Amino acid sequence: MSCQCSGGCGAAGDSEKFAELDRFITELLSRGEPPERRRGNLIQILHRAQHIFGYLPEEVQKFVAERLDLPRAEIYGVISFYSYFTDQPVGRYKINVCTGTACFVKGAPKVLDEFKRQLNIREGESTPDGKFFLGALRCVGACSLAPVVMVNERVYGNMTADKVAGILAECTD
Amino acid sequence: MRIDTTRTLRDLAGEIASRPHPPVKISVSMGTCGIAAGTGPVLEALRTAVAERHLENAVEISEVGCMGLCYAEPVLMVSSNDGSHRLIYGDVTPQQIPAILDAGVDSIAPGTRTIERNWYYPEWETPAPGELQARIVLRNTGRLCPENLEEYLASDGYAALGKVLDTMTPQEVIDLITASGLRGRGGGGFPTGKKWQFAAARQSDEKFIICNADEGDPGAFMDRAVLEGDPHAVLEAMAIGGYAIGAHTGVIYIRAEYPLAVKRLEIAIEQAHERGLLGKNIFNSGFDFDIQIKFGAGAFVCGEETALIHSIEGKRGEPTVKPPFPADKGLWEKPTVVNNVETYACIAAIVRKGAEWFRSIGTEGSPGTKVFALAGKVAKVGLAEVPMGTTLRTIIYEIGDGIRNNRQFKAVQTGGPSGGCITAANLDLPIDYEALKKIGSMMGSGGMIVMDEDDCMVNIAKFFLEFTLDESCGKCTPCRIGNRRMYEMLDDITSGRGTPETIEKLKMLSATIKDTALCGLGQTAPNPVLSTLANFEEEYMAHVRDSRCPAGVCSKLIRYEITDRCVGCGICLRHCPVHCISGERKMRHLIDQERCIKCGVCFQSCRFHAVEKR
Repeated sequence: MSCQCSGGCGAAGDSEKFAELDRFITELLSRGEPPERRRGNLIQILHRAQHIFGYLPEEVQKFVAERLDLPRAEIYGVISFYSYFTDQPVGRYKINVCTGTACFVKGAPKVLDEFKRQLNIREGESTPDGKFFLGALRCVGACSLAPVVMVNERVYGNMTADKVAGILAECTD
Repeated sequence: MRIDTTRTLRDLAGEIASRPHPPVKISVSMGTCGIAAGTGPVLEALRTAVAERHLENAVEISEVGCMGLCYAEPVLMVSSNDGSHRLIYGDVTPQQIPAILDAGVDSIAPGTRTIERNWYYPEWETPAPGELQARIVLRNTGRLCPENLEEYLASDGYAALGKVLDTMTPQEVIDLITASGLRGRGGGGFPTGKKWQFAAARQSDEKFIICNADEGDPGAFMDRAVLEGDPHAVLEAMAIGGYAIGAHTGVIYIRAEYPLAVKRLEIAIEQAHERGLLGKNIFNSGFDFDIQIKFGAGAFVCGEETALIHSIEGKRGEPTVKPPFPADKGLWEKPTVVNNVETYACIAAIVRKGAEWFRSIGTEGSPGTKVFALAGKVAKVGLAEVPMGTTLRTIIYEIGDGIRNNRQFKAVQTGGPSGGCITAANLDLPIDYEALKKIGSMMGSGGMIVMDEDDCMVNIAKFFLEFTLDESCGKCTPCRIGNRRMYEMLDDITSGRGTPETIEKLKMLSATIKDTALCGLGQTAPNPVLSTLANFEEEYMAHVRDSRCPAGVCSKLIRYEITDRCVGCGICLRHCPVHCISGERKMRHLIDQERCIKCGVCFQSCRFHAVEKR
């Protein structure tokens, strides 16, 4: 199926993405739950949608709202509540500095500051070229390697500000 | 093959156990932090070496979960099949693999680091000297392959579920758990048996049993270790709980940040289904039980049970006022029990060994063991499961091997952002739920962050408050606004804008928030402030009275000065990012304090220790 929105998301491949999301939702809803419990799948659907689209733009929110028969405000309310979800496009390399307690006492703030300085963005922002996103997350549970930085799925342990440039250099498309 | 009776289970377990095994087993720790530390290449090298040397019949390779020795990852254990010999290697590199294979179980490979096992398994062992840890929760974690159901079955797996369904009534199960004195390991310490009793007493066409695996407490990773290392133990316990309260559906609510745990749970659920250990008519008892996995999406407050339930329902994870308790109206308004991963991990052992046995470990009021995640400035970061009533000194100095780099111990934070800090004065206190509460902290989920003299307690309090601020759902005013005001006051103090009055205001506001916030998150948010104030008021005073940070952390309160040790080499001048250092070559340099941003680069770059931090 194709996107019904009035432009903006007409990039190639979008209809395929919507089709993929549609299949996922159909599968989840085919389990025969009572209609009032269908929304229990919302968070799982949003996880998948963000995985497919990279973020949750308005068109996707609208699509999910229609499929689950929920007001769009409800969808937006959920997205804005959970830190995992974002309605803004994020950089291809998602750099997340762990700022859990163990990482904090071992110097995570200095590492985060160095990323901010080198990328010239603030926490929660992406670089204008769409390459890097910089965020902070709370504890990946790898406290023995504190301070820890995650770049997409990869974990870097025992981080120092000196290692920041090297990590950024590793991120080549 | 479906296991449809307890007899089949026993026969199968016996058959698996009696199968011939290679004489040597090498277990590689494949938990998240092991993998991050590089166990992948070690495993790869091991497989290659075993294949090259045609040792397939001599060496069995097992991928196990976390052994709790996080400080020494990559870790592997070489053991003999009969259990008589055992060697644990830490900091293993792929290059060491040939030597480790050569050495076998009888000798130590040269050029390696070995580690003494400091735990025992109360279920089948008595402690040897130095075995300070008693592993009940972690009995299989780091010992069995989590993706191999047969290993679990051969190790009494699902025997407890079989026993319950075959020989006990739901009420007898509840009575057993009540008699064991097991208390909620998620932090609250509420008696598990009582919780089950409440839900069992409710009449309803449908009930739910939930596993809270939303381990959001920063610095706590024991639940992750159990889920990654022993997922079947959680499934088995949930089924037992379901039978006890009359629920046929279990839900595991897990953080999206734990992909490996999710994967292992999914595999375990599928395996259990294939064998008929989950699903319809388990052990031909007529009892049906199924388990679904639901994901969190990064919200700490979802660890609170009402918030967690809302999140499973696809809503914002905001807590609601109790009562009604989930036992009355929980998921989809049906009676629901929510227990933590670690609590579930105790259940099967209690069923197998009895309430008396469980009570024989730990203290009168808090039987059993507790897993602590030791992190921060401690030398040996990792998991420690100890009997309740063990002292902090034993945990930090004997198991954790003291403070890193020979620094001075200052405090340990337990209970995460809701807890408090404990000072050296209480290191010898035997700890359980009550003892920790009495000294102004709490058990929490068991995170233990050790701090040394280089940590500023005001800054730590500010860190925790920033966390709560971030995670506050915004529903109630004391938490949403009160905690922000508290944060601002702490920010004032760490920036040198505080006065003694600020500290008084801080105390007052803390008391108000504690009394008026809606849920546990808000009510406990002032705890780190209150406990650091109670124990380190002098440090607060130094900030506001003398504009001084004794630990030298609060950057706005420190000055860098160049002393007469300066030889005028110019290194600091070249490194200074804001060019605020001036001076002729071979002459003493000077820092322009007005323009200095206190980044500390000059301090770090000086080779003559001429830059002083004040």
